[in-house]
Amino acid sequence: MSTAKPGETPLLAGDRGTVGTAVPARSRGTGLDEVRGTSEGASPPSPPAQDCSIVTRGLTKRFRGGQVAVDDLHLAVPRGSVFGFLGPNGSGKTTTIRMLLGLVTPTSGGCEVLGEELPGGLGAALPRVGAVVEGPAFYPYLSGAANLRRFDAADPAADRRTAPDRIGAALDRVGLSAAAGKRYRAYSLGMRQRLAIAAALLRPRDLLILDEPTNGLDPQGTREVRALVREIAADGTTVFVSSHLLAEVEQMCTHIAVMRTGRLVAQGPLAELRGGAAPRIRIETPDAARAAAVLGRLGLAAVRAGEGEASAEPGEVPTERICAELVGDGVAVRGLAVQRPSLEDVFVRLTGEGFDVDG
Amino acid sequence: MSTVEARAGAEIVTGGPGGPAGPGAARAAVPRDAGRRVRGNTWRLLGSEVGLTFRRPRNLVMLAVLALVPAVIGVVLRTVSAGGAEGDAGAIIGAVAGNGMLLAFVSLFVLVPLLLPVAVAVVAGDAIAGEASLGTLRYLLAAPAGRTRLLAVKYVNAVVFGLAATAVVAASALVTGFALFPIGPVTLLSGSTIPVAEGMLRVLIAVAYVGAGMAALSALALAVSTLTEAPIGAIAGTVVFVILTQVLSTIPQLAVIEPYLLTSYLPRFDGALRDPVATEEMTRGLLAFAAHIAVCGSFAWARFHSRDVTS
Repeated sequence: MSTAKPGETPLLAGDRGTVGTAVPARSRGTGLDEVRGTSEGASPPSPPAQDCSIVTRGLTKRFRGGQVAVDDLHLAVPRGSVFGFLGPNGSGKTTTIRMLLGLVTPTSGGCEVLGEELPGGLGAALPRVGAVVEGPAFYPYLSGAANLRRFDAADPAADRRTAPDRIGAALDRVGLSAAAGKRYRAYSLGMRQRLAIAAALLRPRDLLILDEPTNGLDPQGTREVRALVREIAADGTTVFVSSHLLAEVEQMCTHIAVMRTGRLVAQGPLAELRGGAAPRIRIETPDAARAAAVLGRLGLAAVRAGEGEASAEPGEVPTERICAELVGDGVAVRGLAVQRPSLEDVFVRLTGEGFDVDG
Repeated sequence: MSTVEARAGAEIVTGGPGGPAGPGAARAAVPRDAGRRVRGNTWRLLGSEVGLTFRRPRNLVMLAVLALVPAVIGVVLRTVSAGGAEGDAGAIIGAVAGNGMLLAFVSLFVLVPLLLPVAVAVVAGDAIAGEASLGTLRYLLAAPAGRTRLLAVKYVNAVVFGLAATAVVAASALVTGFALFPIGPVTLLSGSTIPVAEGMLRVLIAVAYVGAGMAALSALALAVSTLTEAPIGAIAGTVVFVILTQVLSTIPQLAVIEPYLLTSYLPRFDGALRDPVATEEMTRGLLAFAAHIAVCGSFAWARFHSRDVTS
């Protein structure tokens, strides 16, 4: 089992490999740190708490009316990581983020942000945290720059004298310099989203929390946000980004956690989560039903027959044997491939089929 | 301010590190004390709040209306006094026509029961609920504005607006009064006469008293504002309270509750028109205002401090 030696290697920004290995894998068997049901006790948090930007311990939020939005959440976000926080809509991502920012009080459990225990350490932690929560919200009658001035004034650690420079730089960074004097009311959704990101970048941050940062952005804007996140992470800032867009997360994150109906179903380095899922063998054939029967006879798991193809998890059975068996049985094999599952497959397996609607 | 902070600020301007220092230097550039408070930060937030309030078109329109009312009253009185009038109205008209300074008191009598409280309720009732409905509350708190700090700044801002609104009424009345009517020694309600300079002082006392009353009303509106995410609800709630309590105080059978109603004390600014100034009565009013501020303020704080911000 690889163990990180705290303090030995600084978590070099941009060096994703370093970060990845600094986090010991929890369960070597599958490489997938999976949390099922209530068996939380089996998995202690991966990295030591002092190497984490966010640590939650049994974080729970039960709203009035009894609805449990977040249930016994144990998150560990390694410092310097780009952490993807995934889950279907309504799985408790935003409530978790609101608890991390002190907007919502947990019913039980605790959390630590940048080493400060909440809620006592809110005042010390939050000036070092930039956040976009549940979409942009600004004063419609103020210009973009005036809006940023307003939120900068609210930060007790922001220096008034450097404000104009910092606001200019933040607007420049998200490409809004030209619209700085325009009223927020006249901004398009994409511009609003950019302004929210600019507000999060008003000062150098140790942690950036982005809740669905690419909502409402066109493909070009989405790419720009991805590039921006990489650039920010390269400066050594931990980025905690929630999303339900897998492709987005797959492209920019080093670590992910997956939520389902308020519970954490998996967390760990992206590579491990993806690698941990079982590969599938796919047979392209006009005789899908017969092929499926052969696969079943061979004892393969999760056999599926579809339109012009059959698939299953080969497990220990060698591919060549499956092929020989199929051909021997007279199944017309037009194509045969072993596929490592995409993040989407992993995700759907963890959260259930209905991705966009959560029961 | 520390140079560390200044350096951190400057760094963003240059677009972050790069070059030979590399990312390791970037980590060091986010100083450990980046979360340290800057001196005068609360004044800056108050400045931002007051600036926002007095630049907002809606609030400026309210102030303009408040300024217009004394001017209209002045013009009407001027027109009527030329024709001559009888009865109570005649007495008022005669008094104002005899001395323009009294227009300030007449205007306050007209505006204190409803229009002035409405203006104050709009600003104070909007304080928390308005930010919640825009969604800006979550960003202010994440900045982090701090709940107690934000509430205090919001309250002081409402008090400043209430005082400004009262002062606008008095100033507009004085300007109109000086323009349309003769100015001279003021005859008080008690019948005695005081010189112009002391008359001005009496106007100031009345403005300060009404301003204090508006501060008490602001505390109430702020408390209601912490209960809802709909600013119109907080505003309407406060206005309904103002109207209802005044209606109740006209019912003789309910005279027993009158001492407990905020609105019973608002018109007592007329104590400034007595000789000597009715300090005892006005002090009782100020104490009632202070009690309202303490009770409503505590409620607002307790409520806002424990509230889950889900908007």
